[in-house]
Amino acid sequence: MKKTSLFLVMFFLASVGFSQGYSVGDKASDFRLKNVDGSYVSLSDFPDAKGFIIVFSCNHCPYVVAYEDRMIALHNKYAPKGFPLIAINPNDSIAQPQDSFSAMKVRAKEKGFPFPYLHDADQSVYPKYGATRTPHVYLLERAGSDLKVAYIGAIDDNHRDASQVNDDFLSDAVDALLAGKRPDPTFTRAIGCTIKTRN
Amino acid sequence: MKLFVYLSIFIMLITSGLSNDLQRKSNRVISVMDFDQFEPWLHKQSDSVYVVNFWATWCAPCIREIPDFEQIHKEYSDRGVKVLLVSLDHPNRIDGHVVPFLDRLGVDSQVVLLDDPFANRWIPKVSEKWSGAIPATVIYNKDQKVFFEKELKFEELEEIIVPMISNIKH
Repeated sequence: MKKTSLFLVMFFLASVGFSQGYSVGDKASDFRLKNVDGSYVSLSDFPDAKGFIIVFSCNHCPYVVAYEDRMIALHNKYAPKGFPLIAINPNDSIAQPQDSFSAMKVRAKEKGFPFPYLHDADQSVYPKYGATRTPHVYLLERAGSDLKVAYIGAIDDNHRDASQVNDDFLSDAVDALLAGKRPDPTFTRAIGCTIKTRN
Repeated sequence: MKLFVYLSIFIMLITSGLSNDLQRKSNRVISVMDFDQFEPWLHKQSDSVYVVNFWATWCAPCIREIPDFEQIHKEYSDRGVKVLLVSLDHPNRIDGHVVPFLDRLGVDSQVVLLDDPFANRWIPKVSEKWSGAIPATVIYNKDQKVFFEKELKFEELEEIIVPMISNIKH
């Protein structure tokens, strides 16, 4: 009996692991989420975009904080080339009060985010994508009328020090798409904070 | 001039007193290592069950589960269970955050600090199943290995660990 229950626990854990959600090549769904400026933002609001840099992000996580300036630079570099960055906070604001919508507004103002910073208030978007942590990047490219996932993973290979980065995974992936090539690698990993849900 | 000398001595006394105070608080020494130095911890071939937990002081769910791992250490170390708490804190937080946290909880489990920013290189070496979120835990003996990317409670840990102990005794 114990073995069976353990097996079930393992099976359940495997099924809620990051096997769920999108893989590279999958079609990505649109959403309609509230931005820190009070408006609602969907991917369909950007008909001219060649794709999107979706970053599941938040306020409290030190790994996100380490990347905020790099996120701003990425948006400023790639939005004019057709790849705007869109940050989505997937954390429950009861489970993590520092990530409430009002706290998001404060942080966006402090840092002067040039990109939308959206609240996945009912936590419906991040499970579709399969995000497990913040920061967690999904690079989307336009394919006809669809958006497809082109790269999943980390912004680069060194959260601690931007000057010590060896591999600019995300920039390289966007550059590859802009050059009509396939990103390589298409999947990377990084340490991050778990997405906070109410128990 | 005399005033200056007195003032200097006074300041020296205060600052030396302060640093003594900081040092007196804890005798805990935490080894800092890169992944290559740490990796043998994931492949021990002894008769023990190894519980390797990745955590950080800034990670709320990690901090919540540390007492549960500590309880495993207390109740099962004499049955060959070895708990290793692997902090992913920045090394400059050892004195100000990691050590005070461990002291406050009276943690007796072994603690090391993994200082290796190139996580994309080493995360899959811990487990192919790990996306990189913490807390994350590897539990293994020489026959099997399981991995969890979530918060664990004492009872769950016990349910996983106990069968692995009895496997060894056969």
